[in-house]
Amino acid sequence: MRAGQLLQRYGVLVALALLVLFGSLRYEGFLSTYNVFSVLGYNSMFGLVALGMAFVIMTGGIDLSVGSVAAFASVIAALLSPFGLWPALLGAVAAATLLGLINGVVVAYLKILPFVATLAMLLAARGLALLFAGNQSVSVSSESGFTTFGQGNIGGVPFTAVLLFVAFAIGAVVLRSTRFGRHVLAVGGNEEAARLMGLPVERTLVWVYVLSGALAGLAGVILASQFGAGQPTEGLGWELTAIAAVVVGGTLLTGGSGSIGSTLVGVLLLGIIFNILNFENGRGTISLSAYWQSVIRGAFLLLVVVLQNQLTRRKASGGG
Amino acid sequence: MTRPEGTTAPPAALPPNARRRRSTTPLLGPLVALVLLFLFNALFTPNFLTAQTLNVNLTQVATVVIVAVGMTLVIATGGIDLSVGALMAISGAIAPMLFLNPPFGNAALGLGLAFTVPVLVAGLFGLFNGSLVTRFGIQPFIATLILFIAGRGIAQVMTNGQLQTFSNSTFGYIGLGRPLGIPFQVILMLAVVALFAWVMSRTVFGRHVLAVGGNEAAARLAGIPTNRVKLAVYGISGLLAGLAGLIVIAINSSSDANQVGLNMELDAIAAVAVGGTALTGGRATILGTLLGALIIQLIRYTLLARGVPDAVALVVKAAIILVAVYIQRQRR
Repeated sequence: MRAGQLLQRYGVLVALALLVLFGSLRYEGFLSTYNVFSVLGYNSMFGLVALGMAFVIMTGGIDLSVGSVAAFASVIAALLSPFGLWPALLGAVAAATLLGLINGVVVAYLKILPFVATLAMLLAARGLALLFAGNQSVSVSSESGFTTFGQGNIGGVPFTAVLLFVAFAIGAVVLRSTRFGRHVLAVGGNEEAARLMGLPVERTLVWVYVLSGALAGLAGVILASQFGAGQPTEGLGWELTAIAAVVVGGTLLTGGSGSIGSTLVGVLLLGIIFNILNFENGRGTISLSAYWQSVIRGAFLLLVVVLQNQLTRRKASGGG
Repeated sequence: MTRPEGTTAPPAALPPNARRRRSTTPLLGPLVALVLLFLFNALFTPNFLTAQTLNVNLTQVATVVIVAVGMTLVIATGGIDLSVGALMAISGAIAPMLFLNPPFGNAALGLGLAFTVPVLVAGLFGLFNGSLVTRFGIQPFIATLILFIAGRGIAQVMTNGQLQTFSNSTFGYIGLGRPLGIPFQVILMLAVVALFAWVMSRTVFGRHVLAVGGNEAAARLAGIPTNRVKLAVYGISGLLAGLAGLIVIAINSSSDANQVGLNMELDAIAAVAVGGTALTGGRATILGTLLGALIIQLIRYTLLARGVPDAVALVVKAAIILVAVYIQRQRR
C-alpha cells in the first residue's frame, strides 16, 4: 500500500524525469534554453487552463467550456488591443470571467450537472466568439505592444513561462493554505456533509468556475498575443488536454482530493512527450504525421487511467 | 394510464415512486414545443410546407437521431459516450477502402464488406469503451474521452488525413437513395427508433438498462448482470455511430476523417437532454430523443431561414439545452 501511494504521488514526477533524461541524452539541443523555453511558452496556455480545471475537478465537477471561452477571450483581446495592452488583457479576462460566473451560477444555483452546464457554454462561447469576430480571425493592433505579452521575456525567460509558474505557485498555496482551498476539497469529498457542516457550498462552486473562466481567459490572451490574432475557431479539444493533464497529475475525477503541483507535472509531461516526438520526426528516424499525436495522446491517457485505477484499487483493498 | 415509454412492468430495482408518475409526461413538453415550432414555420416561413423542405430537415436530422438513440441507452445506464463522432470518422474511413480496393478484386464482396465491417469495427470500439467502464471501473466520461481523442486520430492515420472521394451508386444508396421519394436514411432512422423504442419498453434488456441507471447497486443485488448490460449499451452506441458514419460519407460521396462526425457527441447529448431523458440515468425515452433532435433541427432551420447567423444559432442551442434540462429538474 505504501509503495502504491508513493508510486501514485511520485510516479508522474519520475516519468517526467526519465523522459527529460531520455530526451537530453538522445537529442542535441533538447536541454537548450531555446527548446526548454519554447516548450514552456507554448504549453503555458494549456497549463493555465489545466490549473482552473484542477480546481473544478476537485469539487467533483468538470468544465468543458474552457477551449471556446479561451477562443472568445482571444477575440475580445484582439478587438481591444488598439487601446493598449492593459485594456486588452483586463477586458478579455473580465469577459471570460463573466462566462465562468454564468457556468458557476448555473451549476451551483440552478443545480444543473456541471457536464451539461459547461457543455452549453462550450457552444455558446464559440457562438459569441464567432459573432464578435465576424466569423474570421481578428488581427491584433501592432502598435499597442500587446504582442509583447505573449512573445516577450524577462531576462531571457519567456513572460508566459513566468506567468505559468507564478499561477501554479499561487494555486498550490490557495489549495493548501486557505479556507477556500479546504472548502473546495470538502465540497468535492462530500457535498452533503460540507453543507451540513455549514460550509458555503454554492459560493465555493461559483468561485471555482469563475477561476476556471478567468484562467481560460488568460490563456486566450496568450493565444491572441502569440499568434498576433484573435482566433474564434481555436481551442478545440483544449478541455481534453486539460483534463488529461489533471488526470495524469493523479487528481481523481471524483473530486475531494488532488494536487496542484502534480497537475503542473502532468502538463509538462504531455508537453515533453510531444516535444520528443517532434525531435524524432526531425531526425527522420520515424515519420509520424501530426495525426499520430492524438492517437498517442489517447493511448497515453488510457495507460494513465488504467494504472491509476489499479493503484487506487490496490490501495483501497490494502486499507480495508 | 398512458405510458409512452420505458415502463411496462415495474423493474425490481427501481424505487417505487420513481417511475410511474414521471413517465406519463416526459413526451408532452417536447411534443408541444415541436408542434408550436412547426406551426410557427408553417405560418411565417415561406415554402416551409413543401416536400423538399421537409426532406432537407429530415435528412439532416437522420444521422443525429441514429447516434442519439445509442446515446440514450448509454445515458440511461448513467453513462455517457463522447466517442461517437470519432467512431463515425473511423467507420467512414474504412468503408471506401473496402469498396474502392475490393478484396480479391470482387466488387460485390467489397461492397458487402463496406456495409458491415466498418459498423462492426465501430461496435468493437464501443465494446472497448464498455470494458473500460466495467472491467476497469473507469468513469464513462474518461473512458470514452480516450477514443474521442484517439479515434479521430486513428481515422486520420488510416487515411493519412486525405479526402477519399468516390462515386458508387450502390454504396451511395444508403445516403442518397429515395425509395417512394423518402430519403433512405430517414427510413433507417425510423427503423432504428422503432426497434429501440420496442427494446426499451418491451424487453427484459430494456428494463435492465433502466435498472442499472436507476440504482446500480440495487440492480446488482437483484441479480441483473450490470456489467454485461453496460457493455452492451456501449457496443450498441458504437454500432449505431458506425452506421451513421456510413450515411454521412454516402451523402457527401466522400470521406474526410477530419470532418465526419465532428461535434456529433454534442448534438446527440443535446437531443437526448431536450427529449426528456434524465442525464443522471434511470430513465429513457427513445421517442423523446427523436423529438429532441427534431426540435433542435427545426429551431436551427427557423433561425437560418430568418437570416440569423450560425454563430447566434449556437448560443440559442446552448440556451435550449439549459432550459430543457432545467425544466426536467423542476419536474422531479
